[in-house]
Amino acid sequence: MIQFLKLLFRNRLAALGAVTLSFTLLLAVLTPILPLPNPNITATADRFLPPFSDGHLLGTDHLGRDLFSRLMWGTRLSLAVGAAAALIAAFIGSTIGIVAGFMGGRTDNIIMRLVDMLMAFPYILLALAIVAALGPGLVNALFAVAAVNIPFFARNIRGVTVGLANKEFVDAARLSGMSNLQIILFEILPNVLPVIVIAMSTTVGWMILETAGLSFLGLGSQPPQADLGSMLGEARAALITSPHTSIVPGIMIFLIVMSINLLGDGVRDAIDPRLKSGALSRPLPATIVERDTTPPAPSDDLLALQDLRTEFHVGDRTYKAVGGVSLKVNKGECLGIIGESGSGKSVTALSVMGLVASPPGKIVGGAVSFQGNDLVGASYDQLRELRGDRVAYIFQDPLSTLHPLYKVGDQLIEAMQAHRKMPEKEARARAVELLEAVRIPNAARRVDNYPHEMSGGMRQRVSIAMALANEPDVIIADEPTTALDVTVQAQILTLLDELRRERDLAIVFITHDFGVVAQLCDRVAVMYAGRIVEEGPTAPILDDPQHPYTKKLMACVPELGGGKRELHAIPGLPPAVDRLPQGCAFAPRCEFAQEVCKQGEITLDANGDRAVRCLFPDKVSQTEVTS
Amino acid sequence: MAAYILKRLISAIPVLFGITLIVFLIMAMIPGDPATAILGAYATPENVAKINKDLGLDAPLFQRYFIWLGNMLTGDFGRSYSLNRPVLDEILERFNATLILAGTSFVLCALFGILAGVISAARQYGWADKAITFTVLIGISIPSFFLGMVMILVFAVRLRWFPVSGMYAIYGGGDLPDLLNHLVMPAIALAAVATGVVARMSRSAMLEVLRQDYIRTARAKGVNERKVVLGHALKSAMVTIIPVLGIQAGFVLSGAVYIEMVFQWPGIGRMLVDAILKRDILLVQGGVVFVAACYVLFNIIVDVAQSLLDPRIKS
Repeated sequence: MIQFLKLLFRNRLAALGAVTLSFTLLLAVLTPILPLPNPNITATADRFLPPFSDGHLLGTDHLGRDLFSRLMWGTRLSLAVGAAAALIAAFIGSTIGIVAGFMGGRTDNIIMRLVDMLMAFPYILLALAIVAALGPGLVNALFAVAAVNIPFFARNIRGVTVGLANKEFVDAARLSGMSNLQIILFEILPNVLPVIVIAMSTTVGWMILETAGLSFLGLGSQPPQADLGSMLGEARAALITSPHTSIVPGIMIFLIVMSINLLGDGVRDAIDPRLKSGALSRPLPATIVERDTTPPAPSDDLLALQDLRTEFHVGDRTYKAVGGVSLKVNKGECLGIIGESGSGKSVTALSVMGLVASPPGKIVGGAVSFQGNDLVGASYDQLRELRGDRVAYIFQDPLSTLHPLYKVGDQLIEAMQAHRKMPEKEARARAVELLEAVRIPNAARRVDNYPHEMSGGMRQRVSIAMALANEPDVIIADEPTTALDVTVQAQILTLLDELRRERDLAIVFITHDFGVVAQLCDRVAVMYAGRIVEEGPTAPILDDPQHPYTKKLMACVPELGGGKRELHAIPGLPPAVDRLPQGCAFAPRCEFAQEVCKQGEITLDANGDRAVRCLFPDKVSQTEVTS
Repeated sequence: MAAYILKRLISAIPVLFGITLIVFLIMAMIPGDPATAILGAYATPENVAKINKDLGLDAPLFQRYFIWLGNMLTGDFGRSYSLNRPVLDEILERFNATLILAGTSFVLCALFGILAGVISAARQYGWADKAITFTVLIGISIPSFFLGMVMILVFAVRLRWFPVSGMYAIYGGGDLPDLLNHLVMPAIALAAVATGVVARMSRSAMLEVLRQDYIRTARAKGVNERKVVLGHALKSAMVTIIPVLGIQAGFVLSGAVYIEMVFQWPGIGRMLVDAILKRDILLVQGGVVFVAACYVLFNIIVDVAQSLLDPRIKS
């Protein structure tokens, strides 16, 4: 609760709303004891006095009544009526909602049908009909406004109650012999109450506005009694000659409603946990680059990452997701990047084309050299031209990575037309060709499918076809088979391998599965906590891993036909990349770790065509995995 | 698609019946009898009985409902006793004016609301976003009737850009430019709150969508940012925005009451308020049922639009 209030008041606008509203409420409560003239004493000689007249701070109205006094009393009345309407609507609506949700079955069905029926009315219209029946008057207007808000409460509270009615504690209460009424009062109600209060806080502003509206139409409070709405309604006749009589109550309604809105927004933001971490910010078209060092000179390789560093800045924390990674890949070559979740392999891949979500992501150092040009320093337009054209991505889980509302054919066509002008017909024929190339049966018909009409394997083929659309030089595949079952996975891997050989593609393949690496990759880089810990040709590394982490990771893979063998989970968790330990990041989980491992910087030492970031690689390669 | 439309139309029938029943029952709560309301307090019992017989008020409640319903289905909404003309004629004439006003406001709120929401999301935390958020906050907090009055003071009385009130000029008016000239202020005043609500919802819907994986895919394909925002993102966001537009249509349609009062617009809202004050029950009943039915039908259009946009709805 205290944390909630802190959060609420850190929002300056919400605090402003709270202060304004409290002040207004205070004035409304104090009105009877303030030294104000009687709001209903008429003085025809003093009609329409302007503001700041003698004895009348805000002037007088068309009957010479003191406007300030009437404003105070009117505000008091409007607030009281709005609050009363909110209470009535909340009470009746919540009762209906709880009964419907708790009883379920036919009762629920009938009640909710009726509620839906009421919600079919434009709601001011329903209020008008009720006032028409009951006759004009403030109490009737109050009932009308409360009545039209009942369905809102009924529906919301029913939803919450339905969720609660099946919980264990309700069953337990029933078994202990409590009656339905007791269960509702002592078990359900306490849990529903916060929702009711929140629903009230978001609707009370509307209810004040609506009762004021009915009074404005002459259907609410009747003279001489006046709420803010009827003050405005009466003043309308003199709008042009004495505008202040209209503006004074109008601004008051505006202030009340605005302060309630500000406060309500603040409450909603403080409750919604997604907003707390600032996660609801949209990623920019390209990752922000703020390099603190001069980038290295471009390399001769097709694609080379050079000491690349990518960080996430959330609040005052800095997560070093990629902490100085150097990699390269050339034509026809397949490079595997392997590591646990959170090791930074995906962020590394996304950094290449500036696709890391930003904010909060930021590239803070190093370079990505593609065909001799630095992509990190490239402008958005340069990046956009290369994206999908020369360097294409295949992502994990194509259900979320393909657009759900476009046909797959159109998504393929778009990938082509983003880079070259192409007549629709030709593009469509090419889309069918691409689908055939990734072995989708019936491609001519499938091209008109939406993603949700395809199976997971088919969708993944579509995203591969999309990556091939412009015959790129490099494909970066980010766990493209993780979401698929084993047979489909094998098919997709074979397909990728064939395509690589046919088209001389360079592939960067990101995975957490050594089996996949063995099948597909020429070289492999093992990542841990944002850095490469071992790198080299696949076969020697598989034969003789030199980093303890590589060794453990390999021990996690079950081998088919390998006989019974103990599978090993790696004890402990990878370190959080916002507070990396000194020295080797793997040391806390390593059986060979010694004091020196926890001190200073440990470098990635090259040895022939292999490299390892470990002080005792010989020890590792001689020992069988235990633990 | 035709099957879906048909299904929605059929499902609207019980709702329409429900609406007539609710309106009828609300009106049946009226204390006192309409005959006395028409004839005044000094009516003779014979005359009251005669009026009751003429209006069919001597029959039992449920019978009266079915007579009223049956008559309405044949286009006979009864006769207004305050205006002494058929209710339906009056409704159609007045509804025309309301439709012009509310329709314009609806188009305004949809257009500017979505536009503002998209700009706000695409420029999140930029000055445009801040300016829009601030304007929206004011827009949704100001009562439409007060906004209308302020607009009259500023743009009609002070600046003399637009006429103070009415739908057509009394002398020499009646053509389209004259109508538009009269329409500008009431349409904007009526649209203000709805525009604010649509802008807010659009902004948050866009922000939600822009974080999705398929937006990253579109960017990874090299689709330019304009197309990413206005094509990929907006299309998905519309799935959330369209139902909001449906609700705002009801709000604009019924909120027209206030604006029609402020601007002396000869619409159905003003007719209803007059009818309520004069206790002209048949006119109120007919008017409310008519507008509510229009809203129900409009919501079918909204649902159909939604299903056209999102292929996942039908299956």
